[in-house]
This record gives sequence, structure tokens and C-alpha cells, in this order.
Amino acid sequence: MSTTYGITIGSDGPALEVRDVNVHYGSKQAIDGVSLTVPKKKVVALIGPSGCGKSTLLRCFNRMNDLVPSARVDGLIEFRGHDLYAPDVDPVEVRRRIGMVFQKPNPFPKSIYENVAFGPKINGFRGDLDELVETSLRQAALWDEVSDRLGDSAYALSGGQQQRLCIARTLAVKPELVLMDEPASALDPIATQKIEELIYELKEQYTIVIVTHNMQQAARISDYTAFLYMGKLIEYGPTDTIFTNPREERTEAYVTGRFG
Amino acid sequence: MSAGDWLTGSDAAFDRRRKLKGAVFAGACGAATLVGVVSLGVLLVDVIIDGIASLDWRFVTALPSRFPERAGIKVALAGSVWILVLTALISFPLSVAAAIYLEEYANRGWVSKTIQTNIANLAGVPSIVYGILGLALFVRGLGLGRSVLSGALTLSLLIMPVIIIAAQEAIRAVPPTIREAAYGLGATRWQVVSRQVLPMALPGILTGTILALSRAVGETAPLIMVGAVGFIAFTPEGPMSPFTVLPLQIYQWVSRPQDEFRAIAAAGIIVLLLLLLSMNAVAIVLRNRYSSKT
Repeated sequence: MSTTYGITIGSDGPALEVRDVNVHYGSKQAIDGVSLTVPKKKVVALIGPSGCGKSTLLRCFNRMNDLVPSARVDGLIEFRGHDLYAPDVDPVEVRRRIGMVFQKPNPFPKSIYENVAFGPKINGFRGDLDELVETSLRQAALWDEVSDRLGDSAYALSGGQQQRLCIARTLAVKPELVLMDEPASALDPIATQKIEELIYELKEQYTIVIVTHNMQQAARISDYTAFLYMGKLIEYGPTDTIFTNPREERTEAYVTGRFG
Repeated sequence: MSAGDWLTGSDAAFDRRRKLKGAVFAGACGAATLVGVVSLGVLLVDVIIDGIASLDWRFVTALPSRFPERAGIKVALAGSVWILVLTALISFPLSVAAAIYLEEYANRGWVSKTIQTNIANLAGVPSIVYGILGLALFVRGLGLGRSVLSGALTLSLLIMPVIIIAAQEAIRAVPPTIREAAYGLGATRWQVVSRQVLPMALPGILTGTILALSRAVGETAPLIMVGAVGFIAFTPEGPMSPFTVLPLQIYQWVSRPQDEFRAIAAAGIIVLLLLLLSMNAVAIVLRNRYSSKT
């Protein structure tokens, strides 16, 4: 057990260790020397004004930036002690272990059942698929609303339900870390509240890194908060410290709403 | 003062002018639409009046003849169907594969940009040029002779750019968020393409393919170059058989001196139009069926 800047890491090591990460899109630098440690089974929020690089940073954690031809990532990102960007690492395998929920609900144009079953199927799951679909939907607090219509199109669900379906879909491949990119920003307050409750329950089993635009949301759901500004990590620490007693003036200015 | 006066702006003359401009523009667009619809209507009516009397089952199933009252369209229709099927089998897989490569695999460097520009240019090359290419390459070069296969290969070259472009557009219309979702679950590129992108793009690809094929069915010039002949007594027995097609048969009949041949040419046109319209109908049905599902 060790504690640095108020970040407490269990004896089995952190979920994610980020050291001096830079990201360039062509000649433009989007992330500048970011280092942070994500403890296991905690919720870490990335906050900051639009364009500060928080989504870019999140997408480094499951090598989603590999899909952007102009993106270049350097520095060290270790997941359970393994370098995610080592030459022998297959990004496909990384994305299976580190799941991602996106800003806008993006279900496949298929049935509710097929949406959840897609991930396990493509990863060669052998076992009781029905059971896995049910477990995943229960974990995402959606089962009770859809159990009698699993064959219906996912597009028939409301936005909030679709986003919970996307979370169920992510959980179905049993990731060890879940990345969420502003998962509630396209939803109404009630759907948002459901997602937040869900995140609170999920951290029993999962480590979650969430990008959010909404500072109240970060304060409500996260254990640790990282404040990014213009591609740099300004401050990282326990959420209540960041919101009530930040070390940096810019952090205070942002969390009190003086800019952003 | 009338009741609506409070709504009018301060400059009444300016207001009248801009409303008039709007009305004139709408009228001009409507008239332009009418030109197309009316000429198609006139064409259809004229052809039907000329040909309907000669159009019966005997005409569709009879072999060609020197005598207009005995001549039928069977050989040309069979040739067109052969050409249609072979062209579809050749051009569809090649074009879709090319479109997938360009959209999902190729780096967006200057090579792929050059290829892209050239595909767009190829779509605009006159069909007779493809005919000359087909004659040199397939008929002579590969020694396929004046066969259905040579014709189908030539027409495949002709319509592939069109199908590739249509397929690329359909693939591009699949939202990037769907790809992200699939990649995010640990899908390989092949799994993303085969299980998400292609099924979503398929209606658009099929529509484009059918429309391109209907262009191929109506083509005459390149098939004359590769040696489709106007008078053949028997239907093709295989890909290496000699053949003729509907438009060529129609052309042959129209160019005869006897008036009776003009009537059966009109009947042939009706058959060709029915073939084309039913292909377009299939395209429309496919599009509606899939787009309402998602």
C-alpha cells in the first residue's frame, strides 16, 4: 500500500500507470507529458474544458487512437504492469480487456440480445450465451426493462436505455477496465442519474475511468479527479481535495466555474 | 388597411419583389421537372402504340426470322439475361472488394487518392472505348472469341467504376460510431467489416449494383465491338457461345426497310423497358425494405 499526492494504491499494484505520455495529431500536440496512476476498483474522472485533451487521453488507454492515421502516441502506459504499446501487443486484445462506452449511445442496428452477444461471439465465447446476456443486462440495470423483448431492435429503446445497453455490451466481454467518454452527456437528467447510480455499483467489480464535462457529476461519482488543461495534467488527486482544496489556482478557477 | 397589414415589412415593394422571385424560381424548377416526365411519357406512349399489337407470348418465345410476322425476341432476350447474370457475377464481387479496400483498408495517401480519381474518371469514359479494350483484351488477347463471356467481361469493366463508387458511398454512410463500438469490443478489422459495416451498407451497394447493371443491359456499342451479332438463330448454350442482346436486335430490326419490322422493334423496346423497369423496381424494394428495418 502506498500513497502519493493522496492517491492510494493497493498492494497488488495500480490498474493503469501512465508516464510522460504525449499525443500528436500530425504536427499538433494534443497531450503534453501526462503522468497519472489509476488505482484498481476506483472511479477516476478526467475533467477540463473542451479541447483540453481528456477524450484523447482516454482513447490512449485502449489504443483507440490507433484508428486515427495521423495520431502518434509516445510515453509509457502500463496496464497491470504490461506496456500497452509494446511492439508485440495486439491492439485488438487490448480493446477486449479495456472496454469503452462512448459519448453518444451507439448500439448496433440489431436486436437487444444481439447487441450484447456480439462481443462474446467475436471473441470466441463458448458457454451459455443466454446467461451471459442476462447477467450483463442485469449488471447494467437494464434487464427488468427489456427481459420480455430481447428480440426487439435496440433502436426502439430510449436514449438512456440505449446507453445502458452499450454498457451491458461492454461488460459482456468481461473487461478489466472500463473507459467512459462522457457517457451521460447526450442524456436527460433522469437517464443521467441512472447511469451515475450504475457507475457507483460497477466500481465494486471494475476500475472505471470517465471523461466528463459535468463537474457536479465528477464530484458525485468519482474517487479521484484529474484536471486537464490544454493537453497538460494540471492536478490529480482525491476528488474532494480537487473540488474543495485544490493546490493549483487554475484548478480552483475551473471547478468553481470561473472559466471553462 | 386589410387584416394582414401588420405582418408586412416597412418596404412593401421589396417584399412583393422577393415573393415574386420565389414564385418564379419554384415555377422554373417545376417546368424543368416536367420536361423530363413529359418526354418519358411521350416516348412510352409512342412505343406502346407502335408495338403493343405485335407483343404477345409468341413474340417473346419465337426465334428470329426473315419474316416479321414470325420473328421473335427469344434469342436476344436470352442473350441479355446471360450477359446480365455473368456481368453481375463478375462485377459485383470485384467492385465490392475494391470499395471495401479503398474505404476500410487503404491508407489515405497519394496512391489511394490517385486510384480514387482514376475510378471517377473511368466512370466517364465512353462505352465504345471499353468495347475496343474488350476486343483487344478478351476477344483477341485472351482468345475468348466473340462470346457471351467476352461481352460480360467488357461490360463488367464498364460498370465496375459505377458500382465501386456507389459501394464506397454506402460504406461511408455507415456511422463511424458503429465501427468504434465494434473495435471497442475487441473486434478485428475483418470482423468489423464483415459483421457490421457490410450488412449496413448492403442495401445501398445492391441498389447501386442494380442501377449499374441496368445500364449494362441497355448498352449496345461495346457489344458490337466485341462481336455480338444481329442475327443469331439459337440461344446461347454457355459462356463461350455467340450471342446477341435486346438493344442490338432492336437496332437490327429498325434498320430493315420493311415497316413491319419497325412494329416488332417497338415490341422489342417494350420488352427491354419492362426488363429495366423491373430491375429498378427491385432496387427500390431492396432500399425500402432495409432502410425501414433500422
